[in-house]
Amino acid sequence: MSAAIDTTPASPAPTADTRDARAPWALTAPALMLFVGVLVIPLAMTVMLSFHDWGQYKGIEPVFILKNWREVLTDSYFLEMFGRTFRIALYVTVLTALFGAPEAYILNRMKSPWRGIFLLVILGPLLISVVARTLGWALLFGGNSGLVNKALTSLGLISAPLPFMFTETGMVVALAHVLMPYMVLAVWAALQRLDPQIENAAVALGAGPFTVLRRIVLPQVMPGILSGAIIVFALAASAFATPAIIGGRRLKVAATLAYDEFLNTLNWPLGAAVAVLLLVALVLIVVGASRLVERRYAQVFG
Amino acid sequence: MSRNGPLALCYHALFTAFMLAPILVVCFVAFTPEGYLSFPTDRWSLRWFYAIGRYPEFISAFWRSLWLGALSSAIAVAFSVPAALAIARYRFRGREAMTALFMSPLMIPHVVLGIAFLRFFTEIGLGGSFVGLVLAHIVIVLPFALRLTLASAVGLDRAIEHAAISLGASEGTVLRRITLPLVLPGLISGWALAFINSFDEVTMTVFIAAPGTETLPVRMFLYIQDNIDPLVTSVSAALIFLTAILMVALDRLYGLDRLFVGASR
Repeated sequence: MSAAIDTTPASPAPTADTRDARAPWALTAPALMLFVGVLVIPLAMTVMLSFHDWGQYKGIEPVFILKNWREVLTDSYFLEMFGRTFRIALYVTVLTALFGAPEAYILNRMKSPWRGIFLLVILGPLLISVVARTLGWALLFGGNSGLVNKALTSLGLISAPLPFMFTETGMVVALAHVLMPYMVLAVWAALQRLDPQIENAAVALGAGPFTVLRRIVLPQVMPGILSGAIIVFALAASAFATPAIIGGRRLKVAATLAYDEFLNTLNWPLGAAVAVLLLVALVLIVVGASRLVERRYAQVFG
Repeated sequence: MSRNGPLALCYHALFTAFMLAPILVVCFVAFTPEGYLSFPTDRWSLRWFYAIGRYPEFISAFWRSLWLGALSSAIAVAFSVPAALAIARYRFRGREAMTALFMSPLMIPHVVLGIAFLRFFTEIGLGGSFVGLVLAHIVIVLPFALRLTLASAVGLDRAIEHAAISLGASEGTVLRRITLPLVLPGLISGWALAFINSFDEVTMTVFIAAPGTETLPVRMFLYIQDNIDPLVTSVSAALIFLTAILMVALDRLYGLDRLFVGASR
């Protein structure tokens, strides 16, 4: 699980040194060669692979057919699976925005030692392996032996274990937990750019705390919430380990289905079609959403 | 700035509990004296930590992850430094496109990268090899290394370099005595962030690792797919303790929020 807040680093206008036209190419050549060789070519090969044919006995046949794409785009099984993937991603995004944004605001208002400590507590889980974090949810709610379920049953609060494993709800909660730090971080970053004097001015002019929050703070951190939402959505839709552990073999999302096609069914061309479709859909959604956000807020803050 | 009210602090407590509960439960269950998943109630035991020693797959996977992370991050930093200097200092055709290319592994779902690398490495005869893992990990961690080296290259005061040149330093001396020491903090934190991302990576690696080249997260993931027992919780707990130590160190060194957000402040 790895992504970051800024996909485009801040790059102010370069200074001087524009004389030698070859120098920048020489400096970037190693990285560029690596990326063309080990990223661009493999990705192009994957796109090609999705057009190849496959059979149980003949294996992969390097021909150009649309069979896999037709299957992925029309078969109800794949439609349902993609529907589930994006539905889960949407719920996760809404949950993290709803709960993460207020937490970032509270964190920002904390005093010196506590602020640093809790920032560490809430962002720190990002560094812990996603497998270990998802394991925690499986321990809490895993079937009859799940610790929360056991405790609630023994207290007589519930008669049957709460369904969590192998459910969409379970996937949404666990993914919201795994991706929450990204949302808190995005809103936190937006709050750092906020001028506290504006809040004070609103209070001095007689605004109540709720009005300040709604009319002053929220509009200013909205770009942060939206950029956090884009990151969380993209990561949730392409998540693999968490849906695989919580969903088991029954409940598939795009990433786990592609994994199955590649390592169990061995139908690589079909798996490649699923993966390429996921990539294309995500790029369209992310680029489209970023454009919308930029256009909306360029006028206000530009 | 006004303080948080009791309601806000209540919310904060619940939120923190939500964030910590799954992590703490793993750590607690790891100390169970029983042979099955349970909370240690009356006594604690280290038996499941000792049990890790009898399961060499986890130990060798841990060392492999460590080497893989250290090596791929070091190479990624080595590639990033000249690239960051070029992007920070020169205005050339294709500069934006090149930056976008270098940052693109952040945007591409790791399952897609896993598939692409699996196909590619199988075709060129590197399937399931450690070399393949290193190449793939360099690509996925380079954006992290580049972002932090770029931030320090952009923030570098060029007047210092010009002063050195006017005092008669050669280009090599300026690079060695002025430029590199100034970007060193960014370089170290870039390496650390890259290392953590390589060490934790599971989605892409699960496609390209073979039984002899599994990393720790991949080994843990495949183990959990079969069954969940106290052994995998003790491995996870050990990993959580190690990460927590590293995390505090990184926070002291660089500041966690700065590390993640980049140099936006």
